[in-house]
Amino acid sequence: MSILIDKNTRVMTQGITGKTGQFHTKMGKEYANGRTCYVAGVNPKKPGESYQGIPIFATVQEAREKTGATVSVIYVPPPFAAAAIDEAVDANLDLVICITEGIPVRDMIRTKYRMQGRHTRLIGPNCPGVITPDEIKIGIMPGHIHKKGPIGVVSRSGTLTYEAVGQLMEQGLGQSTCVGIGGDPVNGMKHVDIMKLFNDDPQTEAVIMVGEIGGSDEEDCARWIKANMKKPVVGFIAGVTAPPGKRMGHAGAIISGGKGTAAEKIAVMEACGIRVTRNPAEMGKLLKSVLK
Amino acid sequence: MKIHEYQAKEILRKYGVETPRGIPCFSVDEAVAAAQKLGGKVWMVKAQIHAGGRGKGGGVKLAKSSDEVRQHASRILGMMLKTHQTGGQGQKVRRLLIEEGADIRKELYAGMVVDRGTQRVCLMASSEGGMDIEEVAAKTPDKIHKVFIDPMTGLKDSEADDIARKIGIPETSLAKTRPALQGLYKAFDETDASLAEINPLILTGSGEVIALDAKINFDDNALFRHPDVFAMRDLDEEDPDEIEASKFDLSYISLDGNIGCLVNGAGLAMATMDIAKLYGGSPANFLDVGGGASAEKVTEAFKIMLRNPNVKAILVNIFGGIMKCDVIAEGIVAAAKEVHLNVPLVVRLEGTNVELGKKILAESGLPIISGNNMADAAAKVVKAAHGAGA
Repeated sequence: MSILIDKNTRVMTQGITGKTGQFHTKMGKEYANGRTCYVAGVNPKKPGESYQGIPIFATVQEAREKTGATVSVIYVPPPFAAAAIDEAVDANLDLVICITEGIPVRDMIRTKYRMQGRHTRLIGPNCPGVITPDEIKIGIMPGHIHKKGPIGVVSRSGTLTYEAVGQLMEQGLGQSTCVGIGGDPVNGMKHVDIMKLFNDDPQTEAVIMVGEIGGSDEEDCARWIKANMKKPVVGFIAGVTAPPGKRMGHAGAIISGGKGTAAEKIAVMEACGIRVTRNPAEMGKLLKSVLK
Repeated sequence: MKIHEYQAKEILRKYGVETPRGIPCFSVDEAVAAAQKLGGKVWMVKAQIHAGGRGKGGGVKLAKSSDEVRQHASRILGMMLKTHQTGGQGQKVRRLLIEEGADIRKELYAGMVVDRGTQRVCLMASSEGGMDIEEVAAKTPDKIHKVFIDPMTGLKDSEADDIARKIGIPETSLAKTRPALQGLYKAFDETDASLAEINPLILTGSGEVIALDAKINFDDNALFRHPDVFAMRDLDEEDPDEIEASKFDLSYISLDGNIGCLVNGAGLAMATMDIAKLYGGSPANFLDVGGGASAEKVTEAFKIMLRNPNVKAILVNIFGGIMKCDVIAEGIVAAAKEVHLNVPLVVRLEGTNVELGKKILAESGLPIISGNNMADAAAKVVKAAHGAGA
C-alpha cells in the first residue's frame, strides 16, 4: 500500500511538449513501473502527435476518455498553469500534481475557489511531486535515492525532502510515499491532508513532517495529530535563522505580521507530542529512535 | 516588489480611493514649488523610502509656510532615515511627497493580505489607525475586524458597510467609506498585490474618508502582466547584491553573519543557515541557486557572496537530483579559479553522481574542505570561519 499513487496509477502529462515536461516524463517512464503508468500527454496544438510512444491529445477530457488516465502532472509555464489545473478539475481527474513554479497567487485563489466541492485533489504548485518508491514517480525528484519501506514523508520543500529521504536510507529505512506539497501560499493539499492519508495507510508505520516558516499549516497539522494520529510523527522546521519580512525563496516562506516563525511552529508541534529536531542532519536518526 | 507611498496613492486614486492632493519631488526647489502649486496653509513633507515607521524616524513633518517646507525638505532630502524596518544604517531619502494638510477627526486602519487558511484575500480593518498594526493585533485582537473576500463577487456593499460600522464610521459617512474599501480591494486584485495597507485611513471633520498613507507590495510572479507597475520599481531602495543576484535568477538575501551559504533549493538553503547557526556560526546570506544551476550561475553566486566583506568562509551544500553533482563540482572549480577564492571553502555534495563530483573536487588541486554530511560540513565551516576571523 501507499498513498495517492501506486503502480496501477495512469498518468497524463499536461505540458508534454515543453523541455521540462518531456525530460521528466521520460524519467518517470523509466522509473519502476513507469512504462505502463505514463499513458498520455496533452497539448491543444499537437493532438495526434506522440512523444516516446506516448500519444498526445488536445484536451485532458479526451486524454482521460481514450487512455483511462485519472492523474495528471503539470509542467505548463506559470502564466497558463492555473488554467491547466482548471481543465484537469473540469475533467474530474482524481489527482493533479502541479510542478510549475511561479504561478501568480491571484490565479491560484480563483482556481482553488473553482475547486470547492469538486472531486479532484491537487498537490502543489511549486512542488517536486509525489513518489511511491519502486512503483511510480510523478515529478522531478531523483528516483534512485528512494526505496520502498514503512516511512511516510511530507514536506513543503524539494531538496530538503531529498535530504530527509537520504537520511532515512542511511538508517536503512525505506518510504511508503513521499509527498512534496510545495512552497506556495495558496496551494492544494496541506500537511494535515497528507497526514490523514498516512494515518489510514497500512504500509506507513511512521511519518517525517518537514515544514518551513510562513503560514500555520504545520500548526494545524500538529493539532490534528494530537487528536487523531495513531503513528509516531517526527518533524523539522526550516528557517529558525530567517529574519522577518524577507521572503526565503519560496513565495510562502515569509514571516509576516509576527506570524509563521519557526519557533512558534516548533512550540506548537512539541506541545502536540511531536518530536522535533533543531538539527536538519538528524531527521533520519530521530525517526529511527521513535520506531518500535 | 515594493513601491513608494506616492505611487501607491496614484494606483489607489485610479480605483476611486480618495487621497490628499500631493506632488512627488526630487529636490528642495521642487518641494517649495509643489507647495505653492497645491495652495492652502499647511503641507506635509514626507520622506519617500520603502520602509515603514518614517514618522517616528523624523521623515514626516508638518509645514505651515513656504519657508518651513524649504527647511524640512532640505533636512529630510538626503538624510539617512532610520526606522524599525531599515536596519541600523538607515535608508537614504531621495524622493519627497509634498501633500496638502488634512483635517483629521479619526484615524483608522485598513489592510489587505492573502489569507493562507481560507485561501482568499482578507480585508482587515481597525478603529486603531496610525499605530503599528502588529502591536494592535497582539495587544487588542478584538479591535481587528476581518472579511474574507469572495473572489467572484469582490467586496460587497453590505460587507463594506458592516466592517465600517465596526471600526466606528458614523452612518452618515458609510457611503464615503464604501469606495475606499472596495477601491482598495479592486486595486489589490487587479494589480496582483500581495499586501496593501492604508494606515491611517482618516475620517475628516466634514465626514470625508481619505487614505492619508498607503503601501502596496506586489506578487513578483505576476509582474509580467503589469508593465505599468514594474515601471515603478526603484532600484535605489533595493539591496545591490540582491539586484545582481536576481539578474542571474538566483534567490539571494543578505544577512548579518560571516558564513556564505550556497545551496540548491529554498528549504534546504534555510536548513543550511539553521545548521550553521546550530554549530555556533552565523550565516552571511540565504542563497538558493535553484534546480537547474549551470556552472556560470554557480560562478556568479560565488562572486555575489564574496562581494560581502564579512564573509570569512563559504559552505556549499548541494543535494543533487536532476542537477548532477559532477556539474556542480565543475562549476565550483571554475568559480574558485575565476574569483581567486581567498576564504576557506567547505563543500558537501550528495545525490546524483556524488562520487564523480567528489573526485572532480579532489583532483582540482584547490584547498577545498570536504563535508561528509550536513552536520560535518557545518562543523567544519564554523571552525574555518572562526580560524579566519581570529
